Amino acid sequence: MGRTLTVPGRYDRLEQICAFVAEAAMESGLDETAVSRCQLAVDEACTNIIEHGYGGENLGDIEITCHAQVGELKIIIQDHAQRFDPNAVPEPDLNASVDEMKIGGLGLYFMRQVMDSVEFSYENNGNRLVLVKRKEN
Amino acid sequence: MQITTQEQKRVSIMSVSGRVDSATAPDLETELKKLVESDKTQIVLDLKDVEYMSSAGLRAMVSTLKAVKRVNGDLRLAAPSPRVEEVLRLAGLTSIFSIHPNRDEAVASF
Repeated sequence: MGRTLTVPGRYDRLEQICAFVAEAAMESGLDETAVSRCQLAVDEACTNIIEHGYGGENLGDIEITCHAQVGELKIIIQDHAQRFDPNAVPEPDLNASVDEMKIGGLGLYFMRQVMDSVEFSYENNGNRLVLVKRKEN
Repeated sequence: MQITTQEQKRVSIMSVSGRVDSATAPDLETELKKLVESDKTQIVLDLKDVEYMSSAGLRAMVSTLKAVKRVNGDLRLAAPSPRVEEVLRLAGLTSIFSIHPNRDEAVASF
């Protein structure tokens, strides 16, 4: 059974979103580090939806559904924005010098680094992102 | 997020507390920019009380680092929590920023 939070796409809702995800992560029995990582991934995803999907704040809602099972948390993030192609986002250059450094593309990179699974699809007139985090043995 | 700034000798110490995310990072960037524009380019960012940071916070720090390096200054970090340190590490920034275990050591490093 999942729980869903629907919020307007605004940056000041990120804290609420993170708290919602943290509660579900703890229910799944994930440790403190894993709970933090889930929050980071969802924060970055929702920031991208607002900034790039909707093109700004207050232009659409974001639905976050958490399915907490013992040892595994599945998070589904649904928006109603333009189609997002994750393959079109270049990997950040983490070896760049200070002058060349860009912070763009870090959000998606972080999600892939900290979550066990990151899957994008386009359905329900929007992007559907499924993130999974499993308890480490 | 709360920000307080004090001067110690020729170093500006900016202490940040709370969450640094896309909602609050612009304020952090603005405050850092004010320092740089006042020719205060030796800056310690005390992160001891930062409970959370996303890539938005990193963006603010990196843009400031670039600005101060251009005028031979530096932005050094103090006391990041393990959580914040992980975000810095994931972004490859632990080798870019000078990071110190506490504020006093960061100030003394100038």
